[in-house]
Amino acid sequence: MEKNKKIRNADFLQGNIACAEGAIMAGCNFFAGYPITPASEIAHHLSKRMFEVGGTFIQTEDEIAAIANVLGASWGGAKAMTATSGPGISLMLENIGLGVVTETPCVIVNVQRGSPSTGSPSIHMQGDMLQSKFGSQGDYQIIALAPSSSQEMFDLTIEAFNLSEQFRTPVFILSDSLIGHMRERVELPNKEELALFERRRLKSYQGINQKIFLDEKVALMPVFGNGLKANVTGSTHKEDGFRNVSDPKILDNEIKVLSNKILKHKKEIIRIEEVNLEDADVAIFSYGLSSRAVLKSIEVARKERIKVGSFRPITIWPFPDEEIKKLSNRVKTIIVCENNLGQLLPFVKAAACENCQVIFLPPKTLGTLYHTMEIIEKIKEVV
Amino acid sequence: MSEIGIRLAGLGGQGVVLSSVIIGRAASVFENMEAVQTQTYGSDMRGGDVCSEIIISEQKILYPIVNYPDILVVLAQKAFSQHIQDLKENRILITDKNLVEVNNVSKNIKHFCGSFNNIAIDKFKDNRVANMIMLGFLIGKTKILSQASLEKAIVDLVPANVMELNIQAFYEGVILGNNL
Repeated sequence: MEKNKKIRNADFLQGNIACAEGAIMAGCNFFAGYPITPASEIAHHLSKRMFEVGGTFIQTEDEIAAIANVLGASWGGAKAMTATSGPGISLMLENIGLGVVTETPCVIVNVQRGSPSTGSPSIHMQGDMLQSKFGSQGDYQIIALAPSSSQEMFDLTIEAFNLSEQFRTPVFILSDSLIGHMRERVELPNKEELALFERRRLKSYQGINQKIFLDEKVALMPVFGNGLKANVTGSTHKEDGFRNVSDPKILDNEIKVLSNKILKHKKEIIRIEEVNLEDADVAIFSYGLSSRAVLKSIEVARKERIKVGSFRPITIWPFPDEEIKKLSNRVKTIIVCENNLGQLLPFVKAAACENCQVIFLPPKTLGTLYHTMEIIEKIKEVV
Repeated sequence: MSEIGIRLAGLGGQGVVLSSVIIGRAASVFENMEAVQTQTYGSDMRGGDVCSEIIISEQKILYPIVNYPDILVVLAQKAFSQHIQDLKENRILITDKNLVEVNNVSKNIKHFCGSFNNIAIDKFKDNRVANMIMLGFLIGKTKILSQASLEKAIVDLVPANVMELNIQAFYEGVILGNNL
């Protein structure tokens, strides 16, 4: 639909196009993907744009190949991305685990659709929130961001690249089909004004004990093609990359260091948007598109002098449990609004239930945006 | 100006989505306003139900969906029966005179209609510009955005080889909207 050749500094962009442009702005120079509604516009747009910036675009035979391409490209030094929807993520999960364990920076965009299984391609849902964190086998941490507008599709894609480079790990964008297809005004910054995190690369080995993996402070990456060698494996390995699959202590170290690499930097990673919480008795926890219905409801409720505010995690994983615990000390009730059957609800409860009551309010019909009245009625019920 | 919510409904192939994107682009890029456009459609490209919504506002738009439109544009009979119940008193209804039979509508609804499809065929020999005539009619009638902004948005979004035709059709609609 966007026939005009050049994107303007302030443009009217579909969320998916804003995501693709954000990737270009962040320096993404490799994209591999397989088309799927409602994420296809990202690949479609990048199939043209990637060549304009001297990057590589590959339409792979399936999603498994797409994520494998992305991991390989990242080890070749590229800033790499793929985009799909829930069914595609299901196929990618094995290699996403490989990306986590081999500490491979990359960005994975999930434009969520009606699920489970093939589901409803053009209906919006927040049904893959846990899949992104727990889909691949074993204990691991992931970073995931949830945009709520076209502007955030742009901004958070840049942030996702920065976080993936800083922490040498795959980062998810958890969008949905309404945000992906929605058009809104997007302000694009000048690239010179952006703070982009450039990969910390290993230039040369400093002796036999050089850590190239498993450092809580993030090891320098021995990117291929610069004369360095690295053994990159999904099997349990030591700091030098070599396998040891018989010693539980090596396994213990790998799992803990990889988790701590994210968890010990939660303060740097986690971003929250708080609105009207200063004097609130009731807080509403919501994210992504749902948060826009929540904010509208709060605007209406505030006109009736109801003390209610919004707590919106922009970072879903690592989960902002400490921030929610603090919130639970200040409010009497937290209402959880998400377009699913309560995927993040247990996490909110675990963080808050000692101090305040936690109530779940799904939309009346899953796959639709909350009517503001649904939320306002619930607020009045609990106040 | 507070928020104006517009819903356009018709069939696939009538240019419903493109029309809404042109309105949103005119508002957000050329009049420095906020705009949100969303759409729903069946999986069939032509002939399926299509509904596109656009909100324009001077302020940040929180809620992106139009539950009760201020302006409802209907270009197919089926769409009329699907959407008319969402139109409240004193709001605006715009229909294609030859494609939609309007009945049982409250007297307090401001109803305007034009022969967008017939004019497109008779005068421009191309029914694909019916949506531009409708768009011009909408702007001529409601003055929600300037004609110049709409023209710039059309230039951005319509293929170069049919741009002139589309702009002519747009201004044909504006005149129709101003005079009717």
